[in-house]
Amino acid sequence: MSDEENEAPAEVPTHLPIVDYLVLGDDPHLVANECTGCEARYFDRRNACARCGQGEFASVRVDNAATLRSFSVVHRAAPGIPVPYVSAIVRTDDGTSVRSNVVGLDDPMKAALGMRLTLTTYGCGTDDNGTECVAFGYAAA
Amino acid sequence: MGDAVWVLGTSMTRFGRYPDLDAVDLAAQASMDALADGGVTIHDMDILAAGTLFQQSGMGQRLQKQIGQTGIPVYNVTNACATGATAIRTVHLAIKAGEAEMGLAVGVEQMGKMGLLRGGSKSDANVYEPSGRHGAVTAVDGILGTETMPGVFAQAGMEYAYENAGVGFEQFARVAYKNHLHSTLNPLAQYRKEFSMEEIMGSPVQSYPNTLLMCCPTGDGAAAAVLVSEERLRSMPDEVQKRAVKISASVLTSDPWVESGQVQPDVNTLTRNAATQAYETAGVGPEDLDLVELHDCFATAELIHYDNLGLCERGGAGDFIDSGGPFRDGRTPVNVSGGLISKGHPIGATGVANVYEVATHLRGEAGDRQVEGAKVGLAHVIGLGSACGIHILEKAA
Repeated sequence: MSDEENEAPAEVPTHLPIVDYLVLGDDPHLVANECTGCEARYFDRRNACARCGQGEFASVRVDNAATLRSFSVVHRAAPGIPVPYVSAIVRTDDGTSVRSNVVGLDDPMKAALGMRLTLTTYGCGTDDNGTECVAFGYAAA
Repeated sequence: MGDAVWVLGTSMTRFGRYPDLDAVDLAAQASMDALADGGVTIHDMDILAAGTLFQQSGMGQRLQKQIGQTGIPVYNVTNACATGATAIRTVHLAIKAGEAEMGLAVGVEQMGKMGLLRGGSKSDANVYEPSGRHGAVTAVDGILGTETMPGVFAQAGMEYAYENAGVGFEQFARVAYKNHLHSTLNPLAQYRKEFSMEEIMGSPVQSYPNTLLMCCPTGDGAAAAVLVSEERLRSMPDEVQKRAVKISASVLTSDPWVESGQVQPDVNTLTRNAATQAYETAGVGPEDLDLVELHDCFATAELIHYDNLGLCERGGAGDFIDSGGPFRDGRTPVNVSGGLISKGHPIGATGVANVYEVATHLRGEAGDRQVEGAKVGLAHVIGLGSACGIHILEKAA
């Protein structure tokens, strides 16, 4: 108890990435854990590669350039989620599939299979400490 | 072929909403009817497998208290939308292993009006704190794509559209048109109403291209099947043997690694793998099938499974639906029951109910919706995560 009271107050971050595989800063990008054996990539931690079974991974940068492989224009969602939005599965130019939203279209039906995209970031909320949550999406390139 | 496993009796409740019954009541009703259909009782059963996804645990034992506590082993199984198929597979394995001569598989669900499945609203947390396997500081549904079922399956269909010509909104809508039309002939379907293409395409968009009429409803229901060894079946009266339906293949697969699997569940590879195994085991090909009940949780899903099950040329699912191939008078009738889209999808029951449907046609007892002369049929379900169950059934010789 007293230890907790004596601890210096933690510095409140001005912003946090929405997920830990989004790296912020001057050059926002995604990172993945890549299997050193077969180069399969994972955004979360794995005990062994789900593809080849090896247990060693290296952190790698994921390309920001991508192609829209699939999407859905979501009109019905859980309460509190603004609709419509464009949910997307993109394939980055270095071959990694990513799920996110296509952002920046004035009409969601302008999303088109095969369209070229690039990663972008934007603020998607602020907590009680004033910390901003930064999300990523893909905008038309 | 002396070690085949057969369906001796089978039944399902009408799918719908039963606010005055509970899931155990529904499971008991389907079970009693299936046992009676096979001319046996719970006292003849050596094993019970009970499948449910959302109900309180111990469904099998609670069912026994309704229909007979005989002390046999009970397996309570859950495997997403493949739960029912997994219950059948469990009994099948026990009979194949020689540990049982006869067993009961039952699937049940009571969902009421659960509405949209999956997808989370934002958490109540007022201070961002990374948590979970991706260190997320807030709920990501709606920000990093969709987690809802209509959306996930919309994306599965749209990926197929990206890779193959001749597939779009209209082809997906036609799948729903067909299944609603088929359901008008099925007294066990939750909905039995025909809709025009205009009504389907104009109904409220849930997750484009899936409109409301292209999505299965939630609901309540149960289905059951009594399985028997061939040896035991041969000791039964001729009229019982004639109504028995042979399980030529019982296959369960999970999803192997694919590059995109961590962000979009792969419903294709495991279905293709299961189909390949099932056709090989049964010694039949897709061209031999007289009817197919497949997992049309959404119209986008049914279309891609035409291809995954080999019902059409590779890449040709759009042509297959446009040319009428899966309609009840087409080359390979698909979901003559109305499918999940209109017959309904009480999740745990679904994988048993599609075996019921195929078996009923093979027996020539499907009434108005009967596929004339049906001899071989395939039942397919898939659960996200993923699990795929395929059963190929054949009419008694």
